Amino acid sequence: MTLQSRTPWTLQGPSRRKVVQGLLGASAAALAAPALAACGSGAAADPKQVTFGSNGADATPKKAYAALTDAFQKDSKLTVKTNTVDHDTFSNNISTYLQGTPEDVFTWYAGYRMQYFAKKGLATPIDDVWDKIGSGFSDATKQLSRGEDGKFYFVPLYNYPWAVFYRKSVFKKYGYEVPANWSQFTALAKQMKKDGLSPIASGYGASDNWSILGAFDYLNLRANGYDFHMSLMRGKVAWTDKRVARAIDLWREIAPYYQTGAAGRSWQDAAQSLLDKKSGMAIIGLFLGQQVTDDSLRSDIDFFPFPEIDPAYGQDAVEAPTDGFMLSRRPKNLDGAKKFAEFLGSAKAENVYGGVDPSNVAVNSGADTSSYNALQKKSAALIAGAKQITQFADRDSDPGFISTVIEPGFAEWLSHPDDGSALLKKIESQRSHFFTA
Amino acid sequence: MSSVRTAPGPEGTAPRSPARGQSRRPRQRSLDRGDRLFLTVVVGIPLLALLFFVWLPALASIGLSFTNWDGLALADMRWVGFDNYKEIFTNYPPFWPAVEHNVLWLLFTALLPTPFGVFLAYQLDRKLRFTRIYQTAIFMPMVLSLAVVGFIWEIIYNPDTGLLNGVIGAASSGSHIDWLGDPHLNLWAVLVASGWRHSGYIMILYLAGLKGFDPALKEAAALDGAGGRQTFFRVVLPALKPVNIIILVVTVMESLRAFDIVYVLGGGTGSKPGMQLLSLLISDNIIGESSHIGYGSALAVILLLVSLAAIATFLVQTFRKEDQ
Repeated sequence: MTLQSRTPWTLQGPSRRKVVQGLLGASAAALAAPALAACGSGAAADPKQVTFGSNGADATPKKAYAALTDAFQKDSKLTVKTNTVDHDTFSNNISTYLQGTPEDVFTWYAGYRMQYFAKKGLATPIDDVWDKIGSGFSDATKQLSRGEDGKFYFVPLYNYPWAVFYRKSVFKKYGYEVPANWSQFTALAKQMKKDGLSPIASGYGASDNWSILGAFDYLNLRANGYDFHMSLMRGKVAWTDKRVARAIDLWREIAPYYQTGAAGRSWQDAAQSLLDKKSGMAIIGLFLGQQVTDDSLRSDIDFFPFPEIDPAYGQDAVEAPTDGFMLSRRPKNLDGAKKFAEFLGSAKAENVYGGVDPSNVAVNSGADTSSYNALQKKSAALIAGAKQITQFADRDSDPGFISTVIEPGFAEWLSHPDDGSALLKKIESQRSHFFTA
Repeated sequence: MSSVRTAPGPEGTAPRSPARGQSRRPRQRSLDRGDRLFLTVVVGIPLLALLFFVWLPALASIGLSFTNWDGLALADMRWVGFDNYKEIFTNYPPFWPAVEHNVLWLLFTALLPTPFGVFLAYQLDRKLRFTRIYQTAIFMPMVLSLAVVGFIWEIIYNPDTGLLNGVIGAASSGSHIDWLGDPHLNLWAVLVASGWRHSGYIMILYLAGLKGFDPALKEAAALDGAGGRQTFFRVVLPALKPVNIIILVVTVMESLRAFDIVYVLGGGTGSKPGMQLLSLLISDNIIGESSHIGYGSALAVILLLVSLAAIATFLVQTFRKEDQ
């Protein structure tokens, strides 16, 4: 399971139902594929209706998406028929779903995961929509919304940055300063350990082993730059490259400062240890705020961008997974779907969504940010100032490669962090298996 | 079965077949059209279901295992011959650990929880006080879905707040025992959880056998001066052979299909270091966004062959003894 199938807004445990559904989905795909190739534009379309496939099954996103569709219906006089599917099920069945009779517009993620389906011809290019909404988005966001062929396929809604989170009161009590570069960062971790804290909160047990990837992404981005990182993620560079080995070496420097027992702990428990002042820092996303139940505590939480390692790359890149929408390959109501997409890319849509679900940051620069809390404001500024935006390892790369090769590999290595060459060799031997097509 | 009996009908083949049957077995006369229809339905539907839901997918898996396919467009399916198998055996890091863990699982289950279940059954059969309560308590995990069993043990094994670390005082920072995270420990932790459930199952099966056991045999053994252990090994165990066979089959099956509890405790897709199993590797490759149907199918075929080998060996052994 990857981060996206377990984004912070859906935190149920894994269930057998999911496995069965996945298996059924896989076999259904195998059986249905030939039949589907034959049919296609079947049922007559209702020009007054747009269908919308949503993965926002939890209470808050569900309410927020409902507010979005209501607003659109009022504006456009079109009706939106929403089909909501549980988040994990949606992700696991996405290939079957897109080959069957998907809704006109559906929720999805930016990056490689979007490009994969665009490349397979399972999405509709929407350059004409972007002609209208483009002015609201930064160049980095535009880049995120394009397929490998340069066409636009994605309308972003919100994102949330990854950074190093800490409690202001803890830093004040021990007199810590926000580290700007690697040597300050490692020195700080060392000092924290001396002071009896777990320097870096960590929990990548059970289904949470995606959470270790944030650190690797940043290490690689800071040490080797955005271009190299993306080539690596896209399977274009060997994992045995010296530059990857350097990222692993850097990781080895901070591995001793990771909280012990991390491989058996959930990210929530790790986040809690930061809130309980047992850990000093956490490399995590803004969704950490979900662990906060007492609002007075929220103002004590702050973050700093991952420290600089190589001055050539500074702190240019920010990891900010973006969620949004795509159009299926043959929408029954293409015009309506494009109108809906145009609305979803507007500042108004962001305001409507953010009014119900304030746990992330709007992407459209025209969105109203006056009601943001301090963390949201800082997050928005961090993302806006980024030269490059990455999604997350399992969104920038083949999710199967990440979940079955990288995550177990890193998890195993972190329990005995050696020089990592055996790990990298193992990963490299699997690369071609995932990136041939 | 319907007991309606109509006289042999005048039409078609109906009178012939009873006549033919009569010469050998007069009772076949009762197989008139209604009965035959009934038999056809009763045998035919399961047969069709078996062919469609078991053999068709099995054969399809074998076919798919020689291809490279992402599960999207059929046109992208490529024939690769034995490449998948070659890859799996020579260049798939989790494969050999998974085989090792499957064997370990079988040995562990056969050597500890199964005999323990038999032991419990034997003790509880001796009319202890509160025996019903013990039986219920020990059988309880079997009533729960394995997913729930997984969640219960997740709570027990939690490194910070878990019951186990709390009891043995290993929750303070620095002295953590990471039951489910440590690759050298987690398989054993899961095996204990699985054994906890398995023992109850075996106990009930064996208890059912013991209930039907003729007490006179035990008395006779006692009169001959046999001790408790002798009575069990020389008299009870051999007399309960049918139950023993069922228990062996159940144990082998449970070990080969071990999946759900590891899936739950390991957190789903993506095998955890130390907890790889063949069944998990199959789902890793097939479920999800970028599926490798061919690769996963090849793994499934390997598991199928292993299962068939285990089951065939066992059946041959059993029937050979039976014949003697």
